[in-house]
Amino acid sequence: MSTLNQTPLLDVKDLRVNFKTPDGFVTAVNDLNFTLSQGETLGIVGESGSGKSQTAFALMGLLAKNGVIEGQANFEGQNILTFSEDQLNHVRSEKISMIFQDPMTSLNPYMKVGAQLMEVLILHKGMTKKEAFEASVKMLDAVKMPEARKRMNMYPHEFSGGMRQRVMIAMSLLCQPKLLIADEPTTALDVTVQAQILTLLNELKSDFNTSIIMITHDLGVVAGLCDKVLVMYAGRTMEYGSTDDVFYRPTHPYTQGLLSAIPRLDSNDSELTTIPGNPPNLLHLPSGCPFQERCVHASDPCFTEAPILTEHDNNSQRACHKSAKELVA
Amino acid sequence: MLTFILKRVLEAIPTLLVLITVSFFLMHSAPGSPFSSERSLPPEVLANINAKYHLDEPVLTQYFYYLGGLLQGDLGPSFRYKDFSINELVAQSLPVSAEIGVWSFLVAVVIGVSCGVFAALRQNSWLDYLVMSFANLGIVLPNFVLAPLCILFFSIYMQWLPAGGWNGGAWPYLIMPVIAMSTSYIAQIARITRGSMIETMHSNFIRTARAKGLPKHRIILQHAMRPAMLPVVSYLGPAFVGIITGSVIVDVYFGTGGIGQHFINGALNRDYSMVMGVTILIGTLTITFNAVVDILYAIIDPKIRY
Repeated sequence: MSTLNQTPLLDVKDLRVNFKTPDGFVTAVNDLNFTLSQGETLGIVGESGSGKSQTAFALMGLLAKNGVIEGQANFEGQNILTFSEDQLNHVRSEKISMIFQDPMTSLNPYMKVGAQLMEVLILHKGMTKKEAFEASVKMLDAVKMPEARKRMNMYPHEFSGGMRQRVMIAMSLLCQPKLLIADEPTTALDVTVQAQILTLLNELKSDFNTSIIMITHDLGVVAGLCDKVLVMYAGRTMEYGSTDDVFYRPTHPYTQGLLSAIPRLDSNDSELTTIPGNPPNLLHLPSGCPFQERCVHASDPCFTEAPILTEHDNNSQRACHKSAKELVA
Repeated sequence: MLTFILKRVLEAIPTLLVLITVSFFLMHSAPGSPFSSERSLPPEVLANINAKYHLDEPVLTQYFYYLGGLLQGDLGPSFRYKDFSINELVAQSLPVSAEIGVWSFLVAVVIGVSCGVFAALRQNSWLDYLVMSFANLGIVLPNFVLAPLCILFFSIYMQWLPAGGWNGGAWPYLIMPVIAMSTSYIAQIARITRGSMIETMHSNFIRTARAKGLPKHRIILQHAMRPAMLPVVSYLGPAFVGIITGSVIVDVYFGTGGIGQHFINGALNRDYSMVMGVTILIGTLTITFNAVVDILYAIIDPKIRY
């Protein structure tokens, strides 16, 4: 956590994403705050629909048309949320790039992989075709793509899922961006390939000193890769702190629930531990704490008042009416 | 690819044979004959004519006569236009229809695709609604209404264009037939293009392209156009056949002398060989252009290889 005191690369303040739907406004991301320094990795965890991906899309300017953003996201001191499409196009790929959840559909099936890589360099770096080709081959080599040169002329359908995700990673790193947003990069892949991709990301992180925002619902991924964790629930921050703090000293009932739901090999329990219930419908959030309906500790203030995110020790933040000590007891 | 084309040609032969056989017997099982008109002919004359065209022989024998002729590329004599063979009639009228058709096709594709793309990119804007209203209008407005409206406006009120005729295909004679012919195709193509463009623009790889910082025109032309054109191409194959074989409406209203008129007249006059000739022509063209569509698919979509 030595990097916490530097000027942050990315400083997100009160980020809010609303969607106008026929049934009313839905707040997918609710007053999110976090900072990220150069070289640091932040994990954003949460269940499906907790607003993780929408946070990423908001930062990249990729929200659906009915999405409305409020708040600030200062990247290198500039609020990229106010950028025009043209301005954004100079940030995308050059400074911030993104890897998506589903490698099977994220590459253009009608274009050769090489062309999809090269166009980034030709556009952003002004390279000639030949230079771009060589640079792309080099990058494919860097993500450990076997026979990279040959594969430049192949189409995405000739690649396996893991290989396609490697292509995506290579593509996102072509311009050596300062920040890489990885939106569940391993969700669609099988376990051994997941491990390879994570190892790869870890190596690239140290090779290129890239900051990473890792969006995932896999706590194992966070533990292996991230310096900081932000736990999201129903669009809000539940807990935010260093990975060690959040994992070994979780102070929020939701984080505790998530951690205890990880199946263990050394346990003899035949049943899996779960958090009972489902995430709330964002259109009809319960009053008070969004987690109250599923929380085993919920009592009086939780039903009426939403807890405020407050600092507690070690620069960590938590949003819960109960004190950390109360929860352990 | 070459084996694919060869395969398609070989497949076409039995398909055509079935088509010929079914239409031949259907045609001959319909009541009436080419010479059973209201003005009855003397029986001797009728017998003479029937003998000349083999109509006095069993249908099966006639069928084999016809097939024999076909094998030599002879579509038979016209029962209606005496002294003309079907080959001559087709050779005379098909080029006219094809010329109107090719122009109409080009106009329809260029205008239809561009309208569809613009409507899709401005989805739910006034431009989208405007284009789509015109498209719906184009679909519901039959060309037998459009053709006389054109004549009324361009020829009678404005006196810009000749009301009919062909004159070897000079452009003033082409304009109105092309308008009448292409309008409904423009509308269909615009609708299909819009739908598939909207769908493509929502796909994940377009999101990737945007995340790469590509400018919009590049995303559309380089990334979205090919997949968005697939449904359009599969519509265009059969549409092209329809468009170059002309339309009876155009031929009748504008007196262009295309092949469209022969469809209806052939059937009404029980001109057996004319109906057969036109059926075979359309059948062959349909088979050919379906194969062309398949080849285009393989060019557009790398997952399809033959």
